[in-house]
Amino acid sequence: MPSKLSGAATIVGVSEAEIGWDTTLSVAEIMSLAAHRAADDAGLSIRDIDAVFAVTPYFWMSSVTLAEQLGIQPKYTDSTNLGGCSFVSHLGHALSALATGRCEVALIAYASTQRSDGGKLVTGADNLPYEVPYGFQHPISAYALAAQRHMHEFGTTREQLARVTVTASQWAALNPAALKREPVSVEEVCQSPLISDPLRKLDCCLITNGGGAVIVTTKERAKKLGRKSVRVLGAGESHSHRYGAAMRSFTTTAAVASGKDAYEMAGLGPGDIDVVQIYDAFTINVILGLEDLGFCKKGEGGLLVDKGIGPGSKLPVNTSGGGLRYCHPGMFGIYLIIEAVRQLRREAGARQVDKPRHALIHGIGGVLSGHATAILGT
Amino acid sequence: MEETVNRPCPEVRGTGEKYWVSGRNGTLSIPQCDTCGKTHWYPRSYCPHCDAKTLKWIACSGKGVIHTFTVARQSGHKYFKTKVPYVIAMVTLAEGPLMMTNIVDCDVEAVRIGAPVSVIFEDITDSISVPLFKLDTESVL
Ligand SMILES: [Zn+2]
Repeated sequence: MPSKLSGAATIVGVSEAEIGWDTTLSVAEIMSLAAHRAADDAGLSIRDIDAVFAVTPYFWMSSVTLAEQLGIQPKYTDSTNLGGCSFVSHLGHALSALATGRCEVALIAYASTQRSDGGKLVTGADNLPYEVPYGFQHPISAYALAAQRHMHEFGTTREQLARVTVTASQWAALNPAALKREPVSVEEVCQSPLISDPLRKLDCCLITNGGGAVIVTTKERAKKLGRKSVRVLGAGESHSHRYGAAMRSFTTTAAVASGKDAYEMAGLGPGDIDVVQIYDAFTINVILGLEDLGFCKKGEGGLLVDKGIGPGSKLPVNTSGGGLRYCHPGMFGIYLIIEAVRQLRREAGARQVDKPRHALIHGIGGVLSGHATAILGT
Repeated sequence: MEETVNRPCPEVRGTGEKYWVSGRNGTLSIPQCDTCGKTHWYPRSYCPHCDAKTLKWIACSGKGVIHTFTVARQSGHKYFKTKVPYVIAMVTLAEGPLMMTNIVDCDVEAVRIGAPVSVIFEDITDSISVPLFKLDTESVL
């Protein structure tokens, strides 16, 4: 049985902006461009927006910066930072705010010019004193520690990790907006340079520029707009730690908790999901996510990837090509929402999944720290 | 003249100061809760298991087992780029908790999950010593 909150929010507009290797726009301008395009997509004006959700590493008060750029004074604002999954978390927060009448039209937005800013992951991330003397590298060290333990405990193979990238490349080949569209083989991944054992270069996401925006409103307002809309059926979030050195499990994440809450709100289970988007900053994320969100048993994520999560498979995962092959401007969560909406609106072109009714999106932030899950439906 | 670059020094203000200075005597010290009996790492001012304030410091045996590890093959950091490849590991201490460390003085290719390790200390300031671990090679053979 779905909870009363299920379906209290409806996504009516989505857009990306300036996805690429270089840009002449500033971070705030890219957020603004994405917001204007998303509003156009919704058939709304920027003036209709009364709630702003945003976070980027560039601004101390991101939603405040964004509202200023747009020239609006919202009555609800949220710059919650859970790392790259923040936007999926914002979607859940927006649902609560819409359901309680605190606002009527919510904008969720992100942008980064990290590629143009020197190719480094621009991050305001602080380190725990207890990891400073050890050369802990944010964020890859933590994901490498998790991958190594997963391989040891469950026999997950190097090739299974590689197959996550191979599958992403198959999806990216079908996505004209993907920045890396050429196919990749298991051998190429396994022979790419080692960065932090067992993770190699092609286990890691791209480093690109880009922005994105999502407009969410009430059921009633969405109906009046008369556009193809997507309902937010479930949302959940959690975090188990902040720092790599403070991780207590390297094989099970707080996705178990965020997923459970999202499924319960929606009154749905993994068997009801037709298309999945999991934040793939590194290949191991997809394996952990598939397990913790109940698509297979713990330890069998690698086998599920072997079985197939690519085009034509029973469980299509990361249909845009994901952070590994589509784009990755530092915090990918907003694109999980955008792609799921495109799939449910059946606007995904060559990569369109056959008649999906329910999509699950799962964001991962920090060092497997923050987790946010949402279930969307037609 | 070339400047020597040192291992980065952590901020030690707070409960953890005792942790960092205890290494000078060759002792790895961690908090144990008098109320629930559990140990924890990294040191906090209230017990993260039961919230009690009744923490005491215990001297660890310095023995542990590698829970997981990674070999950092590259680094942009001025000290760590001179150390690549180096091993970042989580070690399960004999006293219970997991802690982050480096496994040093070894062939990085010889490091394995489950390998027994022992603590050593590197002095990085007048008072602070950083706990590092070495493989107990005898027991590996
Ligand atoms: Zn206690």
